[in-house]
Amino acid sequence: MTRKLTAGAALAFILGVIALDVTGAPANPYKAPALLALGSGAVATGGFCGALPK
Amino acid sequence: MATAAIDAPAGAGAKRGTLILLALVAVGAVSLLAGARFGLLLAIGLGFGIVLEGLRFGFAGPWRAMLLRRDPAGILAQLLAIALVAVVAFPLLSSHAGELTGAQAPIGFAMVGGAFVFGIAMQIVLGCGSGTLVNAGSGNPVSLVALPFFCIGSFFGALNLVWWTDLGSLPIIVLQGTGGLAVTLGLLALVAVVVLVIAAPGTRRIPTRLIVAAVLMAALALGNLVVAGQPWGVVYGLGLWVAKAATSMGADLSGSAFWAAPGNAARIGQSVLTDVTSLTNFGIIGGAFLVAAWRRGGLSQPLPSLPARAWIATIIAGFLLGYSSRLAFGCNVGAFFSGISTGSLHGWAWFAAGFAGSALGVRLRPHLGLEGRA
Repeated sequence: MTRKLTAGAALAFILGVIALDVTGAPANPYKAPALLALGSGAVATGGFCGALPK
Repeated sequence: MATAAIDAPAGAGAKRGTLILLALVAVGAVSLLAGARFGLLLAIGLGFGIVLEGLRFGFAGPWRAMLLRRDPAGILAQLLAIALVAVVAFPLLSSHAGELTGAQAPIGFAMVGGAFVFGIAMQIVLGCGSGTLVNAGSGNPVSLVALPFFCIGSFFGALNLVWWTDLGSLPIIVLQGTGGLAVTLGLLALVAVVVLVIAAPGTRRIPTRLIVAAVLMAALALGNLVVAGQPWGVVYGLGLWVAKAATSMGADLSGSAFWAAPGNAARIGQSVLTDVTSLTNFGIIGGAFLVAAWRRGGLSQPLPSLPARAWIATIIAGFLLGYSSRLAFGCNVGAFFSGISTGSLHGWAWFAAGFAGSALGVRLRPHLGLEGRA
């Protein structure tokens, strides 16, 4: 066995995460935020590992 | 990470063209399905993966090299990248407060302990937050096995985060403005001097490859900040994937102070294609895969033969990577790289505790059977 198997499995892993999620919670590109947060005037709201729950 | 040279064998053009096309299709598809910002974040993630794997810029490996061989090149490149980000990020954060946020978190008992445990675990599997993703994408079986347990650990670490932080934390302390930038650059220079003094003779330089990588890493990290409004991070997305899976299987997270918080609960219900750290994580794995597939023989390496105890250690260390990084308010990326470069004092505490843990981890690794070869 070579790394073709394991690298393929890694790709399959992320494709699986996306596929399972897309079936339940479709994104809406018409409600997408501005391309850049900088200059958008909107408050940053993304999840981050350093953030306390809020 | 693989070390095979990138060259251009005859007949490889079609394969490489296909790889580029696949990357462009992925970015385009996310842009169409979720929005241009999210497609751009996937592209930034692909850039991280390509630079990390292609130019062999890392965190766990260079710390190991410093601890075992007193080779400072990788750490110096990290310090250079962090300094470059800080020079741009500090003014941006001051002038665009609200639109942009830094990787700010409090120093506390659990934070320091978490960073120490993360340092141990990342040396056991020889993969940090970004490194585990890169290595998995390039076909390293140890990282591939560690990755799902990293995700599970991140979920449970977040689940228990409030209990751990209640053990005791300082207020969030942030270095800001010109004075804060001067202190940050001064501390980075001081660490560089200490590393150079300790370094083995003949190793006191940064190879051109790593200088290029540091500049590219800084550019990508700043791109992440400007596009997403927040610094580069890894572990939040990993835990979110498990929270989504658990919820879809009927788990009730309403009793969790972390996962039931409005922002996190909303993200569990939203598409993963709109989560910042998930997209860059996907990109890192994908970018590393692209480089490994691009290289001649990059995916032809045989898988190593490791004893059972090595796989058990990998599973445990993978879980600890995820759990401890939540208590530490980030991994080597979210806390060390992004924390220091955006002025959070917890980034420096993470660095000290994580490096101390790494010193223990490099000694544990051989005893766990993880030094095996094919």
